[in-house]
Amino acid sequence: MAKRTLRTLIGASLLAAASLVQAEEPRVVAITQIVEHPALDAVYQGVKDELAEQGYKEGENLTVMHESAQGNSAIASQIARKFVGDSPDVIVAIATPSAQTVAAAARNIPVVFSAVTDPVGAKLVKSLEAPGANITGVSDMLPIDKHLDMLQRAVPDAKRIGTVYNPGEANAVSLVNLLEERLAERDLELVKAAATKTSEVLGAARSLVGKADAIYLTTDNTVISAVEAVISVGERADIPVFAADTATVERGAVAALGFNYYNHGRQTGKMVVRILEGASTSDMPVETMDTLDLFVNPAAAERMGISLPDDLIQEAKEVVKSDK
Amino acid sequence: MLSEIAFYGAVETGLIYGLVAFGIYISFRVLDFPDLTVDGSFPLGAAVAAILIINGWNPWIATGAAIVAGMAAGAVTAILNVKLKILNLLASILTMIALYSVNLRIMGRPNLALLTEETVLTPWYDLDLAYHQVPVLLFIIVVVVALILLWRFMKSETGLAMRATGANPRMARAQGIATGAMIILGVAVSNGLVGLAGALFAQSQGAADVTMGVGVIVIGLASLIGGEAVITPSTVMRALLACVFGAIIYRLAIAFALNADVLGLQAQDLNLITAVLVTLAIVLPGVRSSVIAKFTRNKA
Repeated sequence: MAKRTLRTLIGASLLAAASLVQAEEPRVVAITQIVEHPALDAVYQGVKDELAEQGYKEGENLTVMHESAQGNSAIASQIARKFVGDSPDVIVAIATPSAQTVAAAARNIPVVFSAVTDPVGAKLVKSLEAPGANITGVSDMLPIDKHLDMLQRAVPDAKRIGTVYNPGEANAVSLVNLLEERLAERDLELVKAAATKTSEVLGAARSLVGKADAIYLTTDNTVISAVEAVISVGERADIPVFAADTATVERGAVAALGFNYYNHGRQTGKMVVRILEGASTSDMPVETMDTLDLFVNPAAAERMGISLPDDLIQEAKEVVKSDK
Repeated sequence: MLSEIAFYGAVETGLIYGLVAFGIYISFRVLDFPDLTVDGSFPLGAAVAAILIINGWNPWIATGAAIVAGMAAGAVTAILNVKLKILNLLASILTMIALYSVNLRIMGRPNLALLTEETVLTPWYDLDLAYHQVPVLLFIIVVVVALILLWRFMKSETGLAMRATGANPRMARAQGIATGAMIILGVAVSNGLVGLAGALFAQSQGAADVTMGVGVIVIGLASLIGGEAVITPSTVMRALLACVFGAIIYRLAIAFALNADVLGLQAQDLNLITAVLVTLAIVLPGVRSSVIAKFTRNKA
């Protein structure tokens, strides 16, 4: 008898505890990414840090679900279904394939994509200004014109611009197509070298020797993974190498007008917070990166046979000193 | 534990990979031909279907074209093997690598979105069913049709000749069977099924992507072998059923793994788990029979 009373008591207090917890039910954000990779991991970290800074702390008033599909599209699809079934407050989808699988599965849950270069081409949104449905996000489309301005200030007489890219990566191809267009507007010529794997980057970079006066690299995952190969070619053949992301300047490129995936994630996080606080995705245009920092590496420039103009160095947010 | 949507999602992906498992059953089990072409013919099917659908073709005809493209890819592998005498595994690797470039050419870019296009699924959404149940219903019909056609094919004279080719090529030749032609036909049919799976997958996922073929062979094998562990493949029908059930079980296992934070399992462990499961499924039946053999010998 006493045992039963005790059991009832425990049961009742458990119920009470459960209802207490429910009173402050944490918001749920589910994050899926196609593959683990430094840039995409930085986006994930940025999203979480931004949420924390705006008062959504994991374990207190926020639950974060996070899965990576390991580059496997069937698993990406299952992750999308799992998340949709769990009906979180917001689903964050990092990179194009993940965003597409989530878009195919989610009907009513707000989706914020990140690290998607061409959201219209990927059919995630109807237009950048008016996404239309339950999906919006941050595009990592590069401000290529600003990058080319910077490049032309550093090497004004460069006529042929080389680039190495992976023809199998959606983002890389859209960027290279755009680059070609924008270079043509400036009467410059694009010299392309394809590398489908990191092991092919060195060979591709070598093929640019004699054909390119400068090299500009986009945020192509394959190429950036093996960027040292391009930099070594640039140093040997006196071809200055410019990058789209600041981390590559620290690895030996001449300069970059900053694109940083961690900040990209922070910006994504800001959109997530707005949705958690009641904003609707259909009123939120797709955003592009709003902060750009100039990073320069004068020592690398010298090794590649140019000297950077003083005003460019003075404008830089960071002057990288590498002495290898 | 497993939400309804996640469950139907697993069944849907499982049905599509059931078609892949059919293909791998024909190449790997019937013909004894280890065929890595599938890692290329899966995205090939997706690419062909996607580009045709975007250009306004009827999605079913586009899907049919994907089957034909897959069959052509399989035929190339088999011809490399039969006519040019290249080792079967190597022949399939060559085709698989070539298909990467071919797929990029077909699509013109690495990712073709189908999210707003009319697909084979579109008319079915008018049915009075939940959004996530529709693909399951359609794919069950496709898989059942494929299963019946394959079953009848395997029992036909050609099918029997194909099975003889895989079981004992020398004897088959002695019986007047053109084993080379059988291998070409079998590998073509196998990759046609994989192309179909790729086409359906792209349409249910909303995009074709050149990278979507990675690991298809291993997952197909895992489904085939896992299914055989559950349903003893003593007849063709049972073997085909094993393919479908194995593929669905594999997907349900992944769906559970995605939910099973309790076990400490995470998505990044999936590739390792798959490899371990396939190894166990290959090794265990042998261990079991040798244990039984030892036991009976001791008794005698």
